[in-house]
Amino acid sequence: MSQAAEPMQTVHAVTQTPYKWGFSTDIEMELAPKGLNADIIRLISARKEEPEWLLEWRLKAFAAWQAMAEPHWAHVAHPPIDYQDLHYYAAPKRKPGPASLAEVDPALLATYEKLGIPLKERAILAGVEPAEGEGAPVAVDAVFDSVSVATTFRATLAKAGVIFCPISEAVREHPDLVRKYLGSVVPQGDNFYAALNSAVFTDGSFVYVPPGVRCPMELSTYFRINARNTGQFERTLIIADVGSYVSYLEGCTAPQRDENQLHAAVVELIALDDAQIKYSTVQNWYPGDAEGRGGIYNFVTKRGACRGARSKISWTQVETGSAITWKYPSCILQGDDSVGEFYSVAVTTNRQQADTGTKMIHIGRNTRSTIVSKGISAGRSDNTYRGLVRIMPKAAGARNHTQCDSLLIGDRCGAHTVPYIESRNPTARVEHEATTSKIAEDQLFYCRQRGLSEEDAVNLIVNGFCKDVLKELPMEFAVEAQKLLAVSLEGSVG
Amino acid sequence: MNAVTQLQPAWLRDGAAAFVARYEGLRDRLPGDAAARDAGAAAFRARGLPGVRDEAWHYTSLRPLVETRFAEPLTPVADCAALMTRLPQIDAPRLVFVDGRFRDDLSVVPSGASVRVGGPAYGALAQPGREPLVALNTMLAEDGAAIEVAAGADAGTLLLASVGIGGSPDRPVAFHPRHALNLGDSARLTLIEVAIGEGAYLHNPVFEITVGAAATLTHLRLQDESRAAFHISTLYADVAQRGSYDSFALTLGARLARLEVHARLAGRGATAHLNAVQLLGGTQHGDFTTVVTHDAPSCISRQTVKNVLTGRARGVFQGKIEVARDAQKTDGYQMNQALLLSTEAEVDSKPQLEIYADDVKCSHGATVGELDAEQLFYLRSRGIAEADARAMLVRAFLADALDPIAHEAGRVVLESAVAQWWERQAA
Amino acid sequence: MLQIKGLTASVEGKPILRGIDLTVPTGEVHAIMGPNGSGKSTLSYVLAGRDGYEVTGGTVTFDGRDLLAMAPEERAAAGLFLAFQYPVELPGVGNANFLRTALNALHRARGEAELDAVQFLKLARAEAKRLSMPDDMLKRNVNVGFSGGEKKRNEVLQMAILRPRLAILDETDSGLDIDALRIVAEGVNALRGPQNSALVITHYQRLLEHIVPDRVHVLAGGRIVRSGGPDLARALEEGGYAAVVADAA
Repeated sequence: MSQAAEPMQTVHAVTQTPYKWGFSTDIEMELAPKGLNADIIRLISARKEEPEWLLEWRLKAFAAWQAMAEPHWAHVAHPPIDYQDLHYYAAPKRKPGPASLAEVDPALLATYEKLGIPLKERAILAGVEPAEGEGAPVAVDAVFDSVSVATTFRATLAKAGVIFCPISEAVREHPDLVRKYLGSVVPQGDNFYAALNSAVFTDGSFVYVPPGVRCPMELSTYFRINARNTGQFERTLIIADVGSYVSYLEGCTAPQRDENQLHAAVVELIALDDAQIKYSTVQNWYPGDAEGRGGIYNFVTKRGACRGARSKISWTQVETGSAITWKYPSCILQGDDSVGEFYSVAVTTNRQQADTGTKMIHIGRNTRSTIVSKGISAGRSDNTYRGLVRIMPKAAGARNHTQCDSLLIGDRCGAHTVPYIESRNPTARVEHEATTSKIAEDQLFYCRQRGLSEEDAVNLIVNGFCKDVLKELPMEFAVEAQKLLAVSLEGSVG
Repeated sequence: MNAVTQLQPAWLRDGAAAFVARYEGLRDRLPGDAAARDAGAAAFRARGLPGVRDEAWHYTSLRPLVETRFAEPLTPVADCAALMTRLPQIDAPRLVFVDGRFRDDLSVVPSGASVRVGGPAYGALAQPGREPLVALNTMLAEDGAAIEVAAGADAGTLLLASVGIGGSPDRPVAFHPRHALNLGDSARLTLIEVAIGEGAYLHNPVFEITVGAAATLTHLRLQDESRAAFHISTLYADVAQRGSYDSFALTLGARLARLEVHARLAGRGATAHLNAVQLLGGTQHGDFTTVVTHDAPSCISRQTVKNVLTGRARGVFQGKIEVARDAQKTDGYQMNQALLLSTEAEVDSKPQLEIYADDVKCSHGATVGELDAEQLFYLRSRGIAEADARAMLVRAFLADALDPIAHEAGRVVLESAVAQWWERQAA
Repeated sequence: MLQIKGLTASVEGKPILRGIDLTVPTGEVHAIMGPNGSGKSTLSYVLAGRDGYEVTGGTVTFDGRDLLAMAPEERAAAGLFLAFQYPVELPGVGNANFLRTALNALHRARGEAELDAVQFLKLARAEAKRLSMPDDMLKRNVNVGFSGGEKKRNEVLQMAILRPRLAILDETDSGLDIDALRIVAEGVNALRGPQNSALVITHYQRLLEHIVPDRVHVLAGGRIVRSGGPDLARALEEGGYAAVVADAA
């Protein structure tokens, strides 16, 4: 067969590339009995030595959840989830919150080393082996199933006044802050999965940056699901006080298992006057195998409130993992002149389904938002951008620009774009553009004529397609994200 | 009562029940294909009326319609001479329906096409199971035109007019005409569809159109219903290979309007143009909803949709382009723009792409804003009064949708309707 | 014709014009020169009545009328024309339609007969030809897809057709090659007469070789710091603005 005649003829699904983070860690676990009821919630709360108000808060969320139905509007399909067949608490068997890294179980440290996440306070992030003494340090909070196992660089951060700790610890050590802000952006009854999370969340990260402080290093949380039949329900709360700045990174992996695992996180961001939060995610949960067996259901509620004037929240995500992604990191632009940004790359292959996008709610005057979404579909996957831009009547002078591009690789996949634009102020200006295309044959040919393999050419073109998003990532993360894109699409073009 | 309607609010269920009750009372007297009608009734019983939780009706609430209790049109021979003068003066044969019933005395039957009237013209395209208002129409339709243009014929221009006379304010009427048009291979027709009226009424027409291979249908539509009326229309167009469905719709009237179009490009190389302008003021609500399905390779679709909103009006555009697995080399484009001329107007826009083929060129764009202050100043600095400058810029805003109308007489009618609307706003 | 007294104006609360005094008698061409940021464009926008340019003091009379009290279109009807530094694009508005609407608005305001499409096209084509502009420029949308030079020529075409009493040219020479510059200058010179005046705003002296002004004013820091005859322009070209501005301070 002449290659020139049918250059795309050999397009097929990703099957050759095994998921590289699919190992599991054999470690003695403490598991709550399967099922969800008020007693389990009391047990979680008791294990975490929580105050009474938080237990009541959880029980209220549970009551709300019981009255709700799973949402079905997203462009995804999955067999019914038996919420009573899951463990809602799983922890490595020792007291949560070790006092120092020396106390962390060596098996856990080894797990994170294997994942490329340094829990020794020396190196930089995930996957990139730094030369000795090179690169900026990154503080890491490592969450293993239901609990935080280690948080690094806490002393350095404390010197700057920055609080970075597991949220379970923040509940004990900084109750006023937690009580004031928890649920203030994503209320307990916001949606089905957020209600579930509010009832059973076990751990996650807490960040508080005091007024005027520029956080001296990148903060990072690394999520790992290990145990079988568990859900992970982490809760992240980040508060940037007046005039402060913080950049936060999130990474996720899980072992390769045949059954589906549920991940229903809630992330709340609060930016006060002149504060800035940059939140970056590289999501690489186990996506399931080529036939769609196994993989994580990633049903996540992420929302930021630009409460203060001139505040800014920027979401950047690279989504390559999970069997199903249901996720809309959003900005509520309350403060005048506040800014919301959403930069997203979502790659789906095999039987993956992604329904992701954002909501930009313009409330204050002269609020601005930018949305850049790049969807890449390959194999037999479905990739949907779903976004809402809403201009409220008082948002005079508001601006939105949305650019939404889809790239199809192969003819068995689907790419969908569902924007909702609602404007109630004449002085606002909203612009939306969307395109769908495939990699042009002349582009591929040109690259190959210059000596690139077809796969390298696809990588090059895909990276170019994603450039506007990747450049928003902190540098170390951007390198990892590029590698991840290459790995995810390996074998998509043969 | 089934699971779908069970979850609906009581007022919506009651509204649907009132229509079902009318059907029960009338069923033995309604003309036409009883099997089709009963299937429509079954679908309507199952689905009821759509609420805003129904994704396709997210932005358009039927509450004002449901709160109106409709009666039968009492006198199908009502005098409507005054209204007839509002019909466009086009030298062409015409089919006139008054309160949904064909009026032989007001019509001039065309020579280039065959027309059958006297009962609903049920076709094969409508999906009462999917579209609740189509189920309603199927259940209660009394009349309609079945138009046939033979293969190879050029049927010239045909005017299809609906005149709503309505009842007294406490006795609004509802009518559900059901039309069909079959355009043979290589045939041509320009259909000018006009809906006008006075008083309160519900006009809920369904139109099923098939465009044969290499045939061309130009469809110009003017909805200038009474400001107290409800206008909910659904149109299905199936276009065979190299056929062309070229439409433009202008929405000016009704208190609550929805124009829904399902265009399916069924054969290789078919084309659809769905251009539309909605000019709305006061408390009007206008909804233009399209679904363009590319079911065959190498088809082209184009949509240019403009909303101009004043007062407290609300304009909605929902436009979906679906590209099926086999529809390679699809070329789909959609542009939706809205101009808000007052602080209380609202626009909602949902352009959608659903794509399953990889070798496609599909894009959409949407913009929302007000008149450009700099352009306004430039015009005024050249001596053009502010009101005229605004009119010019609004007309310029509509240019991409209006200018491509090739049918001269039709364009004149639509242009003057736009100009009159603007004059009414300015007054 | 134009009398400006003590004019002060600010943009977004920032004072730009700090007391301008200037008289342009009927039949004269005056030039305003000045460094970047001196307030030249602000002056032209204030005279044409653009929103966002707030007059904080002073008076401007045009043929004895209070110019500042008039709407932009009233100023145009009174005979004031501004050739924009950055001509605005009007997608969807045909150039010919735009010009005829403007011309007829002026005719109406002056109680003169309006032109029908045929009469207008005849006039427009003649003027376009005189300015060496292709006919198809009249068919295109206003300034859409025009090159920089075409946009400026289009401004001059409008001026030729609207025949203002006072033409204000805001850096009409910027971005023009020498041929285009000559065409623009000829357009302005053709309008010169005992009843017409012009205010030519420019950064460079070269335009003033083609349009010889009666008076030259130097604007700096929102004030006119020097006035003189055509020689002043040449002196500026040789010595630069710094010397003149420093001199005056």
